[in-house]
Amino acid sequence: MSRRIRLFLFCTAAAAVGALCLLAFFDMPSFGSTDHPYRNLAIPAAVAHATSNVVSAVNLDQRSLDTFAEESILIASVLAVATLLRRADDERFREKGGGRVIDSTVLTGWIMLPIGLVVGLDVVAHGQLTPGGGFQGGIVLGTVIHLMYVAGRYPILRRVRPLRPYEWGEAFGTGAYACIGIAGVFVSGAFLDNFLPGGSFGTLFSSGTVELLNGAIGIEVASGIIVVISRFIDQAVGIEPVRDDMQSGCTSSHTTAAGDDV
Amino acid sequence: MTVYVYGVAAWLLLVGAFGIVRSHDLVHAVVSLAIAQSGTYVLLIGVGFQRGASPPVFGSPARHPNLHVVDPVVQAMTLTDVVVSATVTALLLAIAIQIHKRRGSTDPDELTSIEQ
Amino acid sequence: MLVFDHGAATLAPSAIAVAILGAPVLLVLGKLVPRIVLDVVSITFAGATVGLCAVVFAASSSGRVVEWVAGWAPHKGQTVGIDLVADPVGAGIALSAACLMLLSLVYSVRYIDSVDGHYHSLMLLFLGGMVGLALSGDIFDMFGFFELMGAATYGLTGMKVEEEASLQGALNFGIVNSLGAYISLMGIGLLYARIGRLDLPGLGYELQGHRPDALVVCALCLVLTGFLVKGAVVPFHFWLADAHAVAPSPVCLLFSGAMVPLGIYSAFRIYWIVFGGTIPLGDMRRAFIVLGVLTAVVGAFMALSQRHVKRMLSYATIAHGGLFVAALGCMDAAGTAGAFLYAAGFAGVVGALFLIAGVLVDLHHTMDEHELHGRARRHPVLGALFILGALGIAALPPFGTALGSAVSEAAATGLGYVWAPALFMGVAALTGAAALRSGGRIFFGIGVDPGRAPTPTTASDCGTGEGDVPDATLDRVPWSMATPIAVLVLGALSVGALPSVRAEAARAGALFVDRAGYIRQALFHSHVHVSAFPVANWSAADLGAGLLSSAAAVALAAAAWFGRSLPESVPVMRHATGVMRELRSLHSGRVGDYVAWLFVGIAVLAGLVGLPVR
Repeated sequence: MSRRIRLFLFCTAAAAVGALCLLAFFDMPSFGSTDHPYRNLAIPAAVAHATSNVVSAVNLDQRSLDTFAEESILIASVLAVATLLRRADDERFREKGGGRVIDSTVLTGWIMLPIGLVVGLDVVAHGQLTPGGGFQGGIVLGTVIHLMYVAGRYPILRRVRPLRPYEWGEAFGTGAYACIGIAGVFVSGAFLDNFLPGGSFGTLFSSGTVELLNGAIGIEVASGIIVVISRFIDQAVGIEPVRDDMQSGCTSSHTTAAGDDV
Repeated sequence: MTVYVYGVAAWLLLVGAFGIVRSHDLVHAVVSLAIAQSGTYVLLIGVGFQRGASPPVFGSPARHPNLHVVDPVVQAMTLTDVVVSATVTALLLAIAIQIHKRRGSTDPDELTSIEQ
Repeated sequence: MLVFDHGAATLAPSAIAVAILGAPVLLVLGKLVPRIVLDVVSITFAGATVGLCAVVFAASSSGRVVEWVAGWAPHKGQTVGIDLVADPVGAGIALSAACLMLLSLVYSVRYIDSVDGHYHSLMLLFLGGMVGLALSGDIFDMFGFFELMGAATYGLTGMKVEEEASLQGALNFGIVNSLGAYISLMGIGLLYARIGRLDLPGLGYELQGHRPDALVVCALCLVLTGFLVKGAVVPFHFWLADAHAVAPSPVCLLFSGAMVPLGIYSAFRIYWIVFGGTIPLGDMRRAFIVLGVLTAVVGAFMALSQRHVKRMLSYATIAHGGLFVAALGCMDAAGTAGAFLYAAGFAGVVGALFLIAGVLVDLHHTMDEHELHGRARRHPVLGALFILGALGIAALPPFGTALGSAVSEAAATGLGYVWAPALFMGVAALTGAAALRSGGRIFFGIGVDPGRAPTPTTASDCGTGEGDVPDATLDRVPWSMATPIAVLVLGALSVGALPSVRAEAARAGALFVDRAGYIRQALFHSHVHVSAFPVANWSAADLGAGLLSSAAAVALAAAAWFGRSLPESVPVMRHATGVMRELRSLHSGRVGDYVAWLFVGIAVLAGLVGLPVR
C-alpha cells in the first residue's frame, strides 16, 4: 500500500470514528457535574479504614487487585527492557570518557540529590495522608539518583548503582505486595484484605495495609525505574560493537548471560 | 464546554494515531503512541471533574465526610496508568534502539525483514 | 481454617497471585542458580497455578464462583470493589492457559536460552495476565490484565535481539496492541462517565433497558476494539502473523492456544454482560457474523499461500478465530458451547504443530517449507504427529475440532444460516490442506521437490531471516520437547472423545449467555437455575462432515504436491491469483498500514452496530 493510499484510508476511517465520538460527546453528562456515584461510595469506605488520601484508599484498598496488575505490568516492562537492551554476543562494554560539564550543573546536581531523595521518601511514606504514594514517590527516587549522570559523574553513578540490588529491590516490591495479599487470605479469608488495624485517622500509622502496600510499590517503582534508565544509559554510553560489521551471521548465537552490570 | 473537553481527548487520540501512520522514524512513532494515550488521561480526568470541588484528601476525620470533592476513582486509574505506560513506552523505545543498531535506520517503512 | 471456609472463591485471586509471584522469585534466583533450578522453579509455580485453577474450575461446574476481592462485597447492589467471576467458560480458559504454560515451560527446558531467568519470569507474568483476564469481572481490571499480557509478550517476542525480524515483529505487535488497549480505555472512560461504575455486573445492571444512544454505541465499539485486536479479527489481525513468525515456538503455542481465544472471549463477555441489555441482539449477531466470516475466509486463503511454516499456522489461527467469532456470534448457548469446544480442540492441535515447528528450527535452522523438503525424513514419529495434527485442523473426528465444528454448524443452521456448514468445512479443509501440504513435504518428501535453496551456510541465506536462529542445535528430539507435543495431540483428541466434555460444554454455554443470572449472582448473591440445551452423541451427519472436510484437505494437499500450478489451466484462477497477490501485499509488515486498518475496523464495526440501531 503506498503512503498516499494509506493516509487516505486512515483519514477517512478516522473521520468516521471522530464523528461517532463527537455524537457520543453530545450525550455525555455535562463537564463538571456533581453526579459521581462511585465517589460517593468510595469516600465513606476510605474514611472507615482511616485513610485520609482517598485516592490511595481506592488504589490500595478498594481496587487493590487493579494496582497489583499495574505493578506487575511495571515489572514485566522492566524485565522486557532489561532483556531487550542486554549486551549481545557481538558487543562489549567499555566505559567511554565523560564530556565536559559546566561547574554550575555539577553543583546543582550535588545539591539537588539529597533534597530529591528526601522528597521522594517523604512522598512514598505519606501516601496514605497526602497526595502522593508509592508510584509518584518511586518515580522521584528513581530519577533523582540519575542527577549524577546529568552532573557528569557517570563513573560514580555506576559504582553507586550496581544493578543487582535494584533488581532484587524490584523483585522484593512485587513479591511483598503479593505476599501481603496472600497473608490476607490466611488472616481473614480474602485476598488483599486490609487486615491490619486502622490506627487513628491522619497520623502516620493509619490506614492498615495501605501504607505497607505503598512502601512495597515505592521500592518496586524506584528500583524498576533505576534499572530501566541505567540500561538506556549503558546502551548510549557504554556498549559498543566488537567487530565493525554488526551482522552476526548464521552462527547459533547464544546471547551472554547479562553479567555486564557491575 | 463538555464537547470541547472530550473533543480534545478524542483529538489527541486521533492525532497520535495519525502520527504513527505517517511516521518516518520509530522514535516518533512510539512518542505518537504516547500522545494517543494521553488523550485517554484527558478523558478520564475530565470525567471526574466537578466545578468548585476540592481535592479528595481529608485533613481531619469527620463522621460525615465532605462529598464535595472531585472523583478519586479516575485519579487512581490515571496515576497508576501514567507510571505503567512510561515503562511500556520504554519497552518500545528499547526495541527501536536495537532496530537502529541492527539496521542503521529507524524508518518504519524501510523495515522489510518481515514481508510476504 | 478460614481459607477453606470461604471455599474455592478465595482461590481465584490467589491463582493470579501465585503465577505473578513466580516472577520476582525467578528474578532473584536468576543469576544465582544453575539453569535447571530455574526450570524446576518456574514449572512448580506454573503447576501450582494449574492446581488452583483446577479447583476453581471444579467449583464452577456447579455454578459460578464469585469473589469480591479484599472483602468488598456489594451492599444492595452497590459496591466499591473488584469482582472475579469464574463461570465454567472463564475458569476453563484460565485452566487451559495454565496447562499450556506448563507444557511450554517443559518444552523450553532444552529449547531456549533463558537470559538469566528473564524468559521464565516473563512467561509467568504472561500467565498471571491470562488467568486474571479470564477470571475478571471488572472492566478496568480486564484492561489492566490485558496490558500485563501485552508487556510480557512484547518482551518475549523480541527476545532474540540479534535478529532484526524479531525486533520488527515485536514492534508491530507492541504498537498495534497498545493502541488497541488505549482505544478500549477511552471506551471504558465513556462508560464510566455514563454509569459511574466499573464492575461488569453493575454496568450491565444499570444499562439494562437503556436506549442505545450514540454514547453507548461509541463505548461498545471502542471497548471491543482492544479485545478484537488481541483476538486477531480482520481487519485488526495484521500483527499476529508477524509476531508468530518471530516469537519462540513455546510462546507461539500460548499465542494461538490461549491469547487469541482470550481476546475473543473477553469481547463476547463484555458484550453479553454489559451491553446485552441495551444493544439489540440481532444487530450484534449480524455484526459478529460478518466479522467472523471475513476473518475466516481471509485467514484460510492466506494460510494456503504461505511457505513459512509458523506463518502458515498463524493464518490458520486467524481463520479458526474467525470461525469461533462466527459461532459465538450466533448469540445462543449452543453456538457458544460449540465455539469453546472448537477452541479447546484447536489449541491442542495447533499448539502441537507449533512445537514441532520449533523442533524443525533446532534441527534444520529454517522454517521455509520448500527448503525443508524431505529433510525431516529421519523423524517419522514426529512426522506422524504433524500429519495427525494437520488432520485435526481439518476437523477429523474424533478430534475436539470436529465436535466443536459440528455443534457450531448445528447452532448456525438452526438460526437460518444455511451456508454455515459450507463455511466451517471449507475453512477446515483449506487450513488443514496447508498444514498437510507442509507436513507431507517436510517429513515425507512427498511430491515434486520445488527446488531447494542452498543450505544456509552462506551468510546471505541465513534461515529465512525471520528469527529462526535457534538457541540450541539438536541431533535428536529430547523427551522434554516430545512429551508436550504428544500431550497436546492427546488432549485435542480427548476433547472430542470424552462424553463428559460435551455435557460440560453445554452447561458452560448456557451459563455464559445467562446475563440475568450472572448479574444477580454477582450483585445480589441469588442463584438462578439454568437449564442446558440437550447434548446429543456423535451423529452420523457430524462424523460425515468431519470426514468430508478431512478428505477435502487431503485432496487439496495432494493437488499441491503433485499437480501443476492451476493458474495456467483455468482463466478464473488468473484473477484469483491476482486477488491473492493484492491480499498478500496488504500484509506488508509496516506498522503504519496496520494502524490505518485498525481505524477502518473501528469504523466498520461502528457502521455494523450503529447504523441499524439509530
